[in-house]
Formats: sequence, structure tokens, C-alpha cells
Amino acid sequence: MALRRVVVTGLGAITPLGKTVAEYWDGLSRGVSGAAPITRFDASKFKTRFACEVKGYNPDDYFERKEGRKMDLFTQFAIIASDQAIADAGLAEGVDKDRVGVIWGSGIGGLRTFQEECIAFGRGDGTPRFNPFFIPKMIADSSSGNISIKHGFRGPNFVTTSACASSSDSIIAAFNYIRLNMADVVVTGGSEAAITEAGVGGFNAIKAMSERNDAPELASRPYDKERDGFVLGEGAGALILEEYEHAKARGAKIYAELLGGGLSSDAYHITAPDPDGNGVVLVMQNALRDAGIKPSDVDYINTHGTSTPLGDGAEVKAIQKVFGEDAYKLNISSTKSMTGHLLGGAGAIEALASILAIQHNLVPPTINHFTDDPELDSRLNFTFNQAQEREVNIAISNTFGFGGHNTSVVFGKVRD
Amino acid sequence: MVLFVPEFSLNPTEMSEIAEKVKSIIVDKLGVEPSEVTPEASFTNDLGADSLDTVELIMEFEKEFNVSIPDDQAENIGTVGQAIAYLEEHAK
Repeated sequence: MALRRVVVTGLGAITPLGKTVAEYWDGLSRGVSGAAPITRFDASKFKTRFACEVKGYNPDDYFERKEGRKMDLFTQFAIIASDQAIADAGLAEGVDKDRVGVIWGSGIGGLRTFQEECIAFGRGDGTPRFNPFFIPKMIADSSSGNISIKHGFRGPNFVTTSACASSSDSIIAAFNYIRLNMADVVVTGGSEAAITEAGVGGFNAIKAMSERNDAPELASRPYDKERDGFVLGEGAGALILEEYEHAKARGAKIYAELLGGGLSSDAYHITAPDPDGNGVVLVMQNALRDAGIKPSDVDYINTHGTSTPLGDGAEVKAIQKVFGEDAYKLNISSTKSMTGHLLGGAGAIEALASILAIQHNLVPPTINHFTDDPELDSRLNFTFNQAQEREVNIAISNTFGFGGHNTSVVFGKVRD
Repeated sequence: MVLFVPEFSLNPTEMSEIAEKVKSIIVDKLGVEPSEVTPEASFTNDLGADSLDTVELIMEFEKEFNVSIPDDQAENIGTVGQAIAYLEEHAK
């Protein structure tokens, strides 16, 4: 059976740089930081007191109060981004909803809901008074469930969880279901809302997050010598993936083609990356092979690049192993320097960054570069500090998750 | 002349304090208009509650009125009036 071609026909985003795709791209192309002091809770006793929050977010702007109350913030973000993408793709009419799936990604799920319900129980006398909406709000798949309920999409429906690779895995799962003719359209992407006491305290305990409290907007600085950890972000990205002929037949706008994907595991450590980058080499090789392209075909790599001392170096080494001399012709950038790290939402918003780079022929920058890291090859083009114009035909988005999960997604300009 | 203004209205046609609280909990949890919350109104048929909403309402009544409503009795509380009657009898 020949595999079917898959294209991107709709986008949606709610991010620390803005609450629409246009605002998100505007922030990315101008090199804006989304970091600021935490407002979602009193972080005064925490080692890290800043994050990349979605600014000016009020659920009442999007939901009736009764409706919003039954969704954790990560599901609210999922609904908002997917609504945008569904409208962008024009899916409301003329599609067979039995053939439309929803495959979402979330690394954690309803962390605030979980935290609040457990705190309430702990403060009581031991009598369980858990809210009936606790479980349905908290479970990660409430995101894909709510999207399908809202729009009546009865195709494949589930959530992928692989920490910070979650929504690259959801994109690849969606890709495969369409390729294999098990759905014609899939609403995919991912969301996270982990800026809570448990989220920040937990990541601080791993010593994974930047503690540059005196200058939040300068904290996420992938590939800079003085990088000291990632900056937590929140939000969602959504993509409509669609079988190519199906998209053409209904005259859909096509942003890009999803050419292929790769998956691998480090099989090394639950939080630390393999310093030799073996799993990351493998994932990019798998992705190139699946897409049927050579390293020299790639113009841009949107890296995982979280701004941690270990992870950034391992990924760069792996890129050099896979691309060899061609690595010097690539544009490389980490848009996490601007958005922070959306964990389970990262793959989705970075897929968007890659697709928009292809659409606009503009590579968004790695901001906050001050000091070269002597461990990294300075001949590589990290797109430091300013976006660069360039014909982008093919872009790869890399994401890696705690647990050793590696995922690469390859997008390209659509060709007949 | 100093007028004495009573803190609570003694007008018997007004709703009891319990009934007022029940009504405000229903308005808050189900997102309905106060005018819809009549004694005859059924949570599920008239006020748009699903099975989880109904469980949450009962829990809110328990918390607000410091009572424990056994499941077999909760099953018989399907309308606003039934809730008020039950709580007027059992509230502490």
C-alpha cells in the first residue's frame, strides 16, 4: 500500500509571545522574549521566580464561565489553539467528521487541578471530598476529548505523552494515521500549563531551570556560554494535518507538506541527555530517511535547544555528526530563547515556527546571545539575536523529552 | 427620631436563608439565570446539569450547610424545591 501524502492546512497558537498565530510569528521574527516575573502564584520563596506566561489571559474571553470551570488551563489552551486552526483550515463544513481525528500532546496534563485537589484533601480531616470534575479535568486526554466533543470529530482520538517531545509525537502519530488511510484529517498539536507551585518547585528540584531572577528576559539563552537552564513556558500550538488530495479537492490553503518523522530513545538516563548524543543522531537519521531527503536538502533546524548546559551541547554535536560539512550551511535556531519551554506544547509551537519559516522564508533567531561557548563550533550558524532571510525549502523540528524520548519532524514546501 | 431598621426582613413571602443560598449555589455552578431557578426546576431537565454537575451540586450543599447527604437520599434530590426541602430539614 502506498503511503498517502500529508499537508498542513491550518494553524493555531496561544503562546507567551501572543494569543494568535500572527502575534506569535510577529514576536518570533522580531526576537521578543516572553519571560517575566510569575503572576500565576506567589513565587517569592521559589528558586525561580519568572516564566514565560501567556500574557493577559482571561478565560472569560474564550469560554462561558460554566464551560471554562470544567477545564484545566492546559485544556483551555488546547481548545483555543485548535479552534483557531480549525477555523483557519475551514473544517466546519464539507468534511466527513467520521474521518477527522484529534491527536493531541501533553507532557503532564492538568497539573494545577491535581495540585489544588490534593491540597484541599490534605487540609481536611481525611474525609474524601474530591470534586467530580477532578479526574476529567486532570487527565491529559481531556484535551483531545474536549476538542472532539466541541466539533463532533469522531475519528481516532488520543493523547501522546513523552514529556517535552509529546506534541512532536502527536504530530507524527497524526501523520501516520493519515498516511495509513485511517483518517483524512487530524487536529493535532499540544498544550501545557505547568506554571504552578508543583511545576516550578518540581523542575527547580531537578536543577533544570534558569535561576536568573534579576533578568528574566535574558535567561533563556541557548548556546550562550553563560546559559543556566530552561525557562518554563505555557500555551498551545495546533496544526490541521490533511491528506494531500483531500486538501486539494476542497481547495484548502496549504502551508507546507509534512515530509517525514523520526523517533528514537537515548536509553541512557531519566533526565540527563546522553552526552554523546547517540539517540539524537539516530532520530535525525531516521527522520531524513523517512522523508526521503539528504542532509544537504535541509535549510533550517529548529532545535530542542532548551538553554541547559548539557542538552544544548549534545544536540549540536549530534547535528554535526549527521550533517557533516553540510551543517555549516544550515540555519540553526532555538525559538525557546523567546517562548521559553512549553514542555508538552513545545513540539507543536516549534512545528509552527518551522512551517512559518518555510512560508515566510525567514529564520527566527536564537536571542540572548552574549558570549560564545568555546565547546560549540563557532562556524555553525545559530541565527543569533536577529532573524535571517533565507529560502527555506525544508525545515526540521527537534524535540527531546525526559525519559530519553527523541522526535524529529520534517516539513517542506509543497511540490506537485 | 432614630428609626430602627431590622437586619433581616421578616416578610414571610420572601425565601428562607437556606433557599437563597441554594439558589445562589445553583446559579454559580450551573451558570444559569436566577429567574430560571424555580422550585419546580429539575437540575438535569431544566437547568442543563449532567451527572457530574449534579454530584458537584450535592457536594456544595454538603459543604455549605455542613451536612452529609447519603447517596440513596441524594438520588431523590432532583429539583430545586427538593434540595431546599431536604436542607431545611437537615441543615445544622
